[in-house]
Amino acid sequence: MTKTYDAIVIGAGMSGLAAAIRLAMYDKKVCILEKHTISGGLNSYYQRAKRPFDVGLHAMTNFVPKGTKAAPMSKLLKQLRIPYEALELSEQNYSKITFPDYELSFSNNLELLLSEIEKNFPDEIDGFNKLLQKIREFNEVALDNETVMAKDVVSHFIKNESLLEMIFCPLLIYGSAWENDMDFSQFVIMFKSIYLEGFCRPKNGVRTVINLLLEKLENVGGEIHFRTEVAAIRTNHDGAISEIETKKGEIYKAPVVLSSMGYPETMNVLDGENNYSPRVGKMTFTESIMLLDKKPSEMGQNATIIFYNNRPKYLYRKPTEIYDNQSAVVCFPNNFGHDDYEDGWIRMTNMANYELWKELERPEYLKEKERVFNDSVELAKKLIPNFDANILVKDTFSPTTIERYTGHFGGTVYGSPDKSRDGKTPVKGLYLIGTDQGFLGIVGSMLSGISMANLYGLMEN
Amino acid sequence: MTREDVRQAVVDIIADIALDDDVNGINDEVALRDQLDLDSMDFLDIVMELKKRHKIEVPQEDYPQLASMKSCVDYLQPKFQ
Repeated sequence: MTKTYDAIVIGAGMSGLAAAIRLAMYDKKVCILEKHTISGGLNSYYQRAKRPFDVGLHAMTNFVPKGTKAAPMSKLLKQLRIPYEALELSEQNYSKITFPDYELSFSNNLELLLSEIEKNFPDEIDGFNKLLQKIREFNEVALDNETVMAKDVVSHFIKNESLLEMIFCPLLIYGSAWENDMDFSQFVIMFKSIYLEGFCRPKNGVRTVINLLLEKLENVGGEIHFRTEVAAIRTNHDGAISEIETKKGEIYKAPVVLSSMGYPETMNVLDGENNYSPRVGKMTFTESIMLLDKKPSEMGQNATIIFYNNRPKYLYRKPTEIYDNQSAVVCFPNNFGHDDYEDGWIRMTNMANYELWKELERPEYLKEKERVFNDSVELAKKLIPNFDANILVKDTFSPTTIERYTGHFGGTVYGSPDKSRDGKTPVKGLYLIGTDQGFLGIVGSMLSGISMANLYGLMEN
Repeated sequence: MTREDVRQAVVDIIADIALDDDVNGINDEVALRDQLDLDSMDFLDIVMELKKRHKIEVPQEDYPQLASMKSCVDYLQPKFQ
């Protein structure tokens, strides 16, 4: 049986939901094909031991107060007609970048970071201010920006290597598909979203965002078909999109298809010869989640996120070992303006090597997960010197878990190093949204879905 | 429709797009973008809403006609007939 739509969206993650809402809002007949039974994609949630677990976001970036003009968060809410209050955002306390010889704190008030740089790197403050000016004047979302390596640009302003590494650390691990560096436009997106705007959390975490999007989608008449995995995307002899076949053998037809599967993953299901193979990213992660009978603040830790690095240089790359225990991102979800939880929570993310995880047999796999978890407890004790809590529940996920749930080759979180900024693929009518279009984070991915839906679904006809 | 009716139709659309903006004090002579938090994405929405609510088509080359409330009404009033 053939189902015909004005547009089809592949994937019910943040970008797919946002794209489908925009299209359905303007009376397009739209359907999301989602291979899983739930939505959210890279950012989702589950229940375990009667507790609400979040996957994906540690924090939402791009915090701005209500009514802030021209900010990504404001644009996003406006485009989806979601009132600012609906997210019930609360701000981070503050976060820290911890290196062996230096520590920098930052918050949603830039003054804190400026004073920390002035204190630790007095010779660099002028350069940093000039960098800020360049960043503020740069149009990072122009779809035709040239690719320039960010470290080349930033090293004109920042001469001290430790400071440069520290500035890059949160931006790389919260969004780079490339090892050790990123495209300058990407850098500016991340810099603004983290240092100039900042971290926040919707009340009750990511499920609040997903539920709002699902409700919106239903109200505007968009459809989602769950358990519907794309097996093949076919083109006609003009090289334009013709139909999608699902694993169950159903045929879907639409003149416009927006895919959030990822660039290599989308090309992989494309039928026939195609001469472009985007690279599979190398960056993937493990995450340990521990539930405690005491909150971190009761043990003296009030930071919201700690970017921890135990080496003089920050190595953001696929580790040669199975995972890297010398650096981590540690999130304390209790430490936002509003604490959603009864228990204490710590989430810890480490860089990992996909291939080494992939080849493990089941008993070794479980043993390695145990080792990751035990290391994360050790690091928690180091970061909370008065640590005296009992661990109530633990959970660890690996690169292969990410691969299983997201379908991303190599278990990548930030996708391919080959992005398609304008969303175009070699196939007419087939466009990328989400991670591999190149806007990252929850706010970025929703804006990605919105802007591609506007451009290819609403404006071009 | 009178000029006032057309103006109201545009105000209603803007009020729904810019949920957090106050649309009561719009100065008709000044560019909308300078008074409200509207960018090119929002102008697309004004166009889409005109089509959805009033079946009025605004081709892309005419988008500049929507710059201020006065130019909106000048441009749209004949189309509302």
